[in-house]
Amino acid sequence: MSDEQSIELVERNQLPGKTAELKAGGWRIVQISSVPVADGQEITYSFDKEYRLKSLRTTVPDADPVLPTITGAYFAAFTYENELQDLLGLKVQGLPLDFKGNFYRKAMNAPLASAKPDGKAG
Amino acid sequence: MGTRTVIPFGPQHPVLPEPVHLDLVMEDERIVDAIPSLGYVHRGLEKLAAKKDFNDMVFVSERICGICSFIHSLAYSTAIETIMKVEVPERAQYLRVMWAEMSRVHSHLLWLGLAADALGYESLFMHSWRVREKVLDVIEETSGGRVIFGTCKIGGVRRDVEPAVLEKTLKELETIEFECSEIVHVFAGDPSVHRRVAGVGVLSKDDAYALGAVGPTLRASGVNWDARKLGYAAYGKLEWEPVVETGCDILARVLVRAKEIFQSIKLIRQAIQKMPAGPVEVRVTGNPSGETITRVEQPRGELVYHIQANGTKNLARFRVRTPTFANIPPLVKMLPGCELADVPIIVLSIDPCISCTER
Repeated sequence: MSDEQSIELVERNQLPGKTAELKAGGWRIVQISSVPVADGQEITYSFDKEYRLKSLRTTVPDADPVLPTITGAYFAAFTYENELQDLLGLKVQGLPLDFKGNFYRKAMNAPLASAKPDGKAG
Repeated sequence: MGTRTVIPFGPQHPVLPEPVHLDLVMEDERIVDAIPSLGYVHRGLEKLAAKKDFNDMVFVSERICGICSFIHSLAYSTAIETIMKVEVPERAQYLRVMWAEMSRVHSHLLWLGLAADALGYESLFMHSWRVREKVLDVIEETSGGRVIFGTCKIGGVRRDVEPAVLEKTLKELETIEFECSEIVHVFAGDPSVHRRVAGVGVLSKDDAYALGAVGPTLRASGVNWDARKLGYAAYGKLEWEPVVETGCDILARVLVRAKEIFQSIKLIRQAIQKMPAGPVEVRVTGNPSGETITRVEQPRGELVYHIQANGTKNLARFRVRTPTFANIPPLVKMLPGCELADVPIIVLSIDPCISCTER
């Protein structure tokens, strides 16, 4: 069995609808992760079905660091979305269980927001 | 509706070797809601990747966890090898399976001991850990380490194992298998164990899947999913099937882990017997450029490494999603409706590894 992976680029506002479709299609949530890009963060939502990995990817600009929650489709995403708020400084709108930046106890706010690929602080 | 009380559970609790916190909303002795909190020992290793050479990150990843240490280094090495399109020698792939399965055996024995301790079954706890010591001896004999193996590297493994040591390992496995069967017989058959864990901490098949449960927590709810079926290392060349139970309760999680010990021993035997002669590493030069999401099966479930590299010695992103992190929403689902006295064993039933989660 091979590790078949695909990535679909989506707009932020499409996330609730796209994830609802995946949930209805029987996909299991695997992870939400981020990669720093020049002017923001690339957020990747990964799902599994029968050992296939499908990811939705959207870009969140530093100037408007807001994302809609996907907990309407996947309640388990609340842990990942609180992580996005705590480690990246993003704001996830509509989170039903919002720790308001206190999911992790940390020495600095949004530590991964500054990890830009060019080494400069973000 | 009775008066509601919030009882803090953790971060320090006798059943928790590492800190995690739950706010338990109670009506009398019954739980109606549970709110988790993490981050008491968060180490920020993902940020460290921006400063470390990607080759050094093998050592960092192995130190994320003191139990499934080797499997972290395996996941990271596999991710970088995927990006750099490195063909790892076949012997190294079998050696990786051998060490990964030894990790699983000692992890599951550790958990069975902790579970026995939580049940008040002290002698069973000591027997489980006595046998675990023998597994650690085998790990030390083959890798040189007991906690940190230090054998995995990008391009293969750092050391080979002599045929005589492999033969000795096979003999040791016979003893370990026999002694495990005695322990598992108690877990599977003792009425006091059954009365304490059967029907407790129920997670239905639909909930387990919908909430993203992984590992024995997922398979004990009747879902046949195991990342080893992706075929990484040499798993695709070995004969095995995931262990699945349908009880959906703590007893089912005990049985999955117990059966996986024997499955792992069989996988180690197969790996040793099928291991071809040859080199155990290839030289890897240059810096990685690209991206991958690599998944492997830890003793606690699916471990995810999302790596993005930009052609420099530092990674653009080193993201680790641990199985315990994925099992927190399922844990929150198991608790409502349970008695307060059941909380410790329910929390323990997902085999929480906070040091992994606080990478």
